Amino acid sequence: MDDLQALYQDLILDHAKHPHGRGEPGEPSSHQRNPVCGDEVILHADLDDGVVRAITWTGDGCSISQASASMLTSLVEEEGGMPVADARERIAAFREALRSRGAVTLEEDVFGDASALSGVSKYTARVKCAMLAWVALEDVLARSPDR
Amino acid sequence: MTSATALDAAVLRRDFPILREQVNGAPLVYLDSAATSQRPQAVIDAEVDFLTRANGAVHRGAHTLGAEATELFEDARVTVASFVGAEPEQLVWTTGATEGINLVAHALQNAERLRPDDEIVVTEAEHHANLIPWQQLAARTGAVLRHIPVHDDGTLDLDAAARLIGERTRVVAFPHVSNTLGIVNPVAALVELAQDAGALTLLDACQSAPHLPLDLPALGVDLAVFSGHKMLGPYAIGGMYGRSDVLESLPPFLTGGSMITEVTLDRAGFLPPPQRFEAGTQPVSQAITLAAAVRYLETVGMKSVHAHELVLEKRLREGLASIPGVRLLGAAAGAERVALCAFDVAGVHAHDVGQFLDARGIAVRVGHHCTQPLHRRFGLTASVRASAFLYNTESDIDAMLDAVSGVRAFFGAA
Repeated sequence: MDDLQALYQDLILDHAKHPHGRGEPGEPSSHQRNPVCGDEVILHADLDDGVVRAITWTGDGCSISQASASMLTSLVEEEGGMPVADARERIAAFREALRSRGAVTLEEDVFGDASALSGVSKYTARVKCAMLAWVALEDVLARSPDR
Repeated sequence: MTSATALDAAVLRRDFPILREQVNGAPLVYLDSAATSQRPQAVIDAEVDFLTRANGAVHRGAHTLGAEATELFEDARVTVASFVGAEPEQLVWTTGATEGINLVAHALQNAERLRPDDEIVVTEAEHHANLIPWQQLAARTGAVLRHIPVHDDGTLDLDAAARLIGERTRVVAFPHVSNTLGIVNPVAALVELAQDAGALTLLDACQSAPHLPLDLPALGVDLAVFSGHKMLGPYAIGGMYGRSDVLESLPPFLTGGSMITEVTLDRAGFLPPPQRFEAGTQPVSQAITLAAAVRYLETVGMKSVHAHELVLEKRLREGLASIPGVRLLGAAAGAERVALCAFDVAGVHAHDVGQFLDARGIAVRVGHHCTQPLHRRFGLTASVRASAFLYNTESDIDAMLDAVSGVRAFFGAA
């Protein structure tokens, strides 16, 4: 059971059960689905002066997908907003770590609670679950003018 | 009628090398045969054997290997057709059930058999493969797609079917056994409604051909499709059965080599069925290997397979129903079934349940099982599905039930 507990750390299960930032997402927003399992996240980013001020999202899916959205929200909250360029970099680094099959670890000082998702990278079938909210944020940023 | 000889799954399992695998440090418990079945050594050997000593292009040329391959290919047709009660001329090779259904949908359009406001009737429990080709056919022809609803208990609403199927109906397509509910549908009742309306019937037999003794002509359907890899055979081979007059009435879908009589630069004549529907190079080694799979099933005996699976089905369904927080999809009492159950665990997403089981070496399907509309009908986007076959034992079922009992505690949902 060690592997399973490494995947489903208490922090992940806590976020899944008590998610941060759940609410009715306004615009701009992005709706991402995983067609394999039906997981979905609709995520709104509050953008102001080139900074992601806050995230509001709703969704339905496995604990990994929902916890990941909550952790992304917390990360933005805890830093009191995240510059768009910084957000793009972290999304790219998050993706790289998750696709690394366990080779790259998510650092806690960069990713906060989301660093607990490092273990997901060993489960290729679950990488999309963890990526869902991050891809949604990436999509919102891509469709918003840089300021 | 001879009675079924009891099947000893513990002995049969030895024929399936993959079942000796360890997964995540535990012996594999394979309960995903509705998605794809495992293959016995005899089937694996059959493909190697053909490619090792008899491979050649079929239906052309005069060399010895070509002749031998042609003989094995056509013998395979006899074997597989007879397995479903049909004559060899009534069996068309396809790459799988999906291709078979698309073939029918396109052939019907090519024959101009569907006009605006004609109706196609399917069920709410359809696999996407028996839904989307009809949606697309309707979109191309102006026909209207309608569906027979499913009751809360998973059975089809036959009163609604009687109202839906009428003089505008051209096609009634439905699953013999739902790949999500495991319930055997009332084929005779639906065939009667369709025949009264003069509509063509197409049976999706993917989940029945591997598990029930099957006699397609006796069922009275016009067309039926099944999939090789779900019945111990290889990937990329399937069968489409058609009543002789029905196949004769259909023009081809794919065209090209191997399906023609005389060709000029301007036009071509087509062979009679089944070759009319077999354009281009066929999945020859797969067809021959599927025949080996069918011989394996026939040696065990489909009545024995069915009887064994009924024991597993009862244990599976009753066991799941007794676990707190587990809801079965389609819990109709007394329905005829195969050993397949989809279920929801309260407070835990299906994907998480699947991961939890996988850590114990237990393979089940999680997700929508290609039946999104049916899942929506039950208020879900995903469920867990366990499906058994002739090589599963009661201890496989017990291992899964034991693991499912621990899911809610692990995820803090109990």
